[in-house]
Amino acid sequence: MAKISGAVEINRERCKGCNLCVVACPVDVLSLQPKEVNDRGYHFAYAAYPDKCIGCASCALVCPDSCIEVYRVVEK
Amino acid sequence: MNPEDIKRPENKVYSRPELLCDVSMHYCPGCSHGVVHKLVAEVLKEMGVEHNCIAVAPVGCAVFAYNYIGVDWIEAAHGRAPAVATGAKRLNPDRLVFTYQGDGDLAAIGTAETIHAANRGENITIIFINNAIYGMTGGQMAPTTLEGQKTATTPYGRRVDLNGYPLKISNLLAQLDGTCYVTRQSVHTPAAVRKAKAAIRHAFESSYSGHGTSVVEIVSTCNSGWKMSPAKANEWMVEHMFEAYPIGDLKNTVEK
Repeated sequence: MAKISGAVEINRERCKGCNLCVVACPVDVLSLQPKEVNDRGYHFAYAAYPDKCIGCASCALVCPDSCIEVYRVVEK
Repeated sequence: MNPEDIKRPENKVYSRPELLCDVSMHYCPGCSHGVVHKLVAEVLKEMGVEHNCIAVAPVGCAVFAYNYIGVDWIEAAHGRAPAVATGAKRLNPDRLVFTYQGDGDLAAIGTAETIHAANRGENITIIFINNAIYGMTGGQMAPTTLEGQKTATTPYGRRVDLNGYPLKISNLLAQLDGTCYVTRQSVHTPAAVRKAKAAIRHAFESSYSGHGTSVVEIVSTCNSGWKMSPAKANEWMVEHMFEAYPIGDLKNTVEK
């Protein structure tokens, strides 16, 4: 069976830490930085478990600041 | 696979729309405006009309929409976007003309302009963001505020005997003969975002091809005005807003 792997690239300076991508992710890849903040003082989102990503782009679809780019490969 | 190996240009499946200007938006974290801006930018690019389009910005939170979507914009006086769009469309009938308005703009001060533009069947699209509150000015009651909803000006909840009923303006517009497509969508989940995008595309195409006015109401959140976290605001919207403003097409005279 083909294995689908994905990866997300988050623009950390654009992220406002709204948490909507974390809620939307079906495989719980994303999380907000617990301590670190960006230049504007927001706890930005990051891929806490990047190996689990399936590249479904759910996070990017609901991101109000369009700061997520999604990549996907299908390994045969 | 190593995430760095996956992040190659040929594997990219989702990126920021080209038409969205490379600036940071002024909206609060989690605001639905950002998602709708993104959808409008994507649809205009996919239709290939970005150089042949006139958009009309409202007064309200989305007043700076002209800074974010890279098409030609006109800024209208409060509530007068459909009137300005009427003029733009009549003088430039080959252009796609749309307005982007909030509920305070469209359903309160601009009720007359909206209803008459729709009744005349102007070939414009109205993108209507309904968050049941005046967001920019600090969360006052809007005509669309739900019964019992607490706002800055109704601290004990909206009372029907004092403030009247929530105004379902899309249902009203669907009654008019001039409208060709009236729909109510939301952007709280990935599936809803996809449906909203399809609705915006159909609305643009219907009005652009001369079938009349199309209205896309987006039931959205104002987490700052509602004083909730963005995720909580989405839950509250599903629980309360969808009861008064159910999602779905209210009128469609143009085949998809």
